[in-house]
Amino acid sequence: MTKRKNLSWGRFNDVEVKIQSLNWRNQNLPISEEKQLPYGNGRSYGDSCLNDQGSMIDGKKLNRFISFDRQNGLLKVEAGVMLSDILALTVPNGWFLPATPGTKFVTVGGAIANDVHGKNHHVTGTFGCNITQFELLRSDGQRLLCSPTENKDYFSASIGGLGLTGMITWAELKLKRIQSPYIDCESIKYNSLNEFMSLSEESAAQYEYTVAWVDCLATGDQLGKGHFIRGNHTGSIITGKQPSLSQSNLSVPFSFPNGVLNGLTVNMFNTLYFNRQFARTKEFVSHYDPFFYPLDSILDWNRIYGSKGFFQYQCVVPKNDQAMREIMHSIADAKMGSFLTVLKEFGDVESPGMLSFPRKGMTFALDFPNQGPRTLALLERLDDIVKEAKGAVYPAKDARMSAESFQQYYPNWKAFSEYIDPHFSSSFWRRVTAPI
Amino acid sequence: MKNVLIIGATSAIAHATARLYAQHGAQLYLIGRNKEKLDINASDLQVLGASSVFVDVVDLDDVSAHQGLIDRCINQLNSIDIALIAHGTLADQAEIQTSYEKTLEALTTNGLSYLSLLTRLANYFEPQRKGTIAVISSVAGDRGRQSNYIYGTAKAAVSTFTQGLRNRLAKSGVNVLTIKPGFVDTPMTADFDKSALWASPEKVGAEIFEAIKRGKDIIYTPFFWRYIMIVIKSIPEILFKKLNL
Ligand SMILES: Cc1cc2nc3c(=O)[nH]c(=O)nc-3n(C[C@H](O)[C@H](O)[C@H](O)COP(=O)(O)OP(=O)(O)OC[C@H]3O[C@@H](n4cnc5c(N)ncnc54)[C@H](O)[C@@H]3O)c2cc1C
Ligand SMILES: NC(=O)c1ccc[n+]([C@@H]2O[C@H](COP(=O)([O-])OP(=O)(O)OC[C@H]3O[C@@H](n4cnc5c(N)ncnc54)[C@H](OP(=O)(O)O)[C@@H]3O)[C@@H](O)[C@H]2O)c1
Repeated sequence: MTKRKNLSWGRFNDVEVKIQSLNWRNQNLPISEEKQLPYGNGRSYGDSCLNDQGSMIDGKKLNRFISFDRQNGLLKVEAGVMLSDILALTVPNGWFLPATPGTKFVTVGGAIANDVHGKNHHVTGTFGCNITQFELLRSDGQRLLCSPTENKDYFSASIGGLGLTGMITWAELKLKRIQSPYIDCESIKYNSLNEFMSLSEESAAQYEYTVAWVDCLATGDQLGKGHFIRGNHTGSIITGKQPSLSQSNLSVPFSFPNGVLNGLTVNMFNTLYFNRQFARTKEFVSHYDPFFYPLDSILDWNRIYGSKGFFQYQCVVPKNDQAMREIMHSIADAKMGSFLTVLKEFGDVESPGMLSFPRKGMTFALDFPNQGPRTLALLERLDDIVKEAKGAVYPAKDARMSAESFQQYYPNWKAFSEYIDPHFSSSFWRRVTAPI
Repeated sequence: MKNVLIIGATSAIAHATARLYAQHGAQLYLIGRNKEKLDINASDLQVLGASSVFVDVVDLDDVSAHQGLIDRCINQLNSIDIALIAHGTLADQAEIQTSYEKTLEALTTNGLSYLSLLTRLANYFEPQRKGTIAVISSVAGDRGRQSNYIYGTAKAAVSTFTQGLRNRLAKSGVNVLTIKPGFVDTPMTADFDKSALWASPEKVGAEIFEAIKRGKDIIYTPFFWRYIMIVIKSIPEILFKKLNL
């Protein structure tokens, strides 16, 4: 067992763990006395990818491609392959990920285990909706081929299964046809929550990708104001001037002092961001990389939050503006405004995942620098609103929700636990299933 | 398009290097002792863009099989531009140091089999008058230490042998590259606790690929091991023998 810091993206969950690895997909899991948990690229924010006092199996060694049907866009990969590697291979062949989170540095296994979603949730559903089959390796050596028709129960338990049902060794996914690596985008400045709602409704049918960046500090009539961004894959190869792809890959070489991101800097960021566009609507063409992964060009950007780390909070609430307003009011009132606040409407494509987070409604994602009890109190308040509205909070981004909240958000957690591998566990799972 | 022979192709470092050749459309000939693992790597290389991939199952401890494997490779690829030798084992020193039989086993896999392969490859490359023989040695061969001097002895032999061979083949325009990795996170070192000094096989593979392209002679990889080894080599023996290294 070794003490390890910063194994998850929020940078404050220290753990003592044994790191093991699975190097070949045809081998059995490494032997361990302690309970185990697969570990992808650690892009989950809290403790769902951690297993304090236990073993974590490094899943990134399984990083090989298995087959690529370039005609039909079916790709079979080992579960430690990163989305960035998939894009590098498939985009030049005219295929794109069916769903992608806001960073390409996640593994396929991690993307399945959190059943991740992207800006096109209203069109293609979650990542898990586009998985045709995978192999689940259990600690007793059993290998289950899981698909919508075979071992269906393990298929749905493992999609969004938080790594607890066994180790996924490989998976097959259905890619999406594209004509070019570019996205035709439109950015629209809007001034209220109502405006956001109508933009979101009007865009759903015609735009594959929709998302809004919200100015969390705006209050009164302007509550919820922000920029609505929508886009589609460019229909044909662009001629003339090619939009440039910045290859900066800056990295944040050291941790910022705590407190750099205080109310003042957040305020400045929001003002700068929201004022840099003068016209109401701006159209532009973007390479897919900055469009989907604006933060990936600053490697290790999470370090700007200093050594105390930060919380991310992502919830989904039914499309009822009462709950949305309450959430935004609470944040504005607490003056702990989030650096990045994203708002998006989830569609009704249902995921096969038993414990999947995405469901029809409005989802918010916010960052909060860790300011101790103050921050925790605010997040508790948000949880009360989400519970009241019968919404849910995203485990991939959570480090603090109470067992009571979790069990209310995911009422079928008990049914799910039947599928947990008896030799697997996680810090998150122990926390949210602790007796209430 | 390059024709590349990879001996010990199931090694994580070798595979990371092979992937870069695959992405450049190379033809690859993979040798290892485990068919299933070779097939797993072969399909990866195929998907990544290799124009063709062949696998050949050989236990490299059997030096009498070496000529045959090189002949089959030439037969299949027509010619070889680059040969990379990478197989190896890292036995627990404490477990083998009291047995000459076990010591010889370690020396065979990590040392003698290399000398056999190099001898035969040299016979092929010298008249061809071009190409590269790249060989994975180790920083462990730079100085004997109590914790792994048997492995270190084999690697020292590989380093010295390739140095001489480089001198000989330079006259024929054939490049010999000696690769000295430091700590690399691969199955061979799965049980070690990893510190910041450890590199990924991808990083080391990329440096090997570059070094071959640039016709380098000796590389330490990652580069800082050159300086670590300068320090380690400069410690006087009278002190060194008292250290626990
Ligand atoms: C900048 C940023 C933006 C993000 N944007 C989004 C977004 O838009 N939408 C979204 O949904 N998420 C988003 N996320 C969250 C991220 O996509 C998820 O946390 C993702 O699951 C991380 O994958 P990972 O490979 O890093 O896995 P880890 O975080 O290491 O692990 C995640 C889970 O997967 C399990 N796991 C890993 N490998 C395997 C395997 N082989 N078999 C079984 N289980 C396994 C682990 O046990 C753990 O439970 C974002 C994260 C960041 C840092
Ligand atoms: N990892 C390090 O820190 C490090 C440092 C310096 C040098 N090196 C050297 O780098 C090279 C590659 O090692 P690695 O780190 O990539 O480790 P690895 O992934 O464990 O690779 C070693 C491979 O050699 C194969 N092999 C062993 N004996 C063989 C035999 N008799 N016949 C055929 N194949 C055989 C093994 O095959 P099986 O899988 O079938 O057993 C294994 O795939 C080795 O020469 C090693 O000494 C490594």
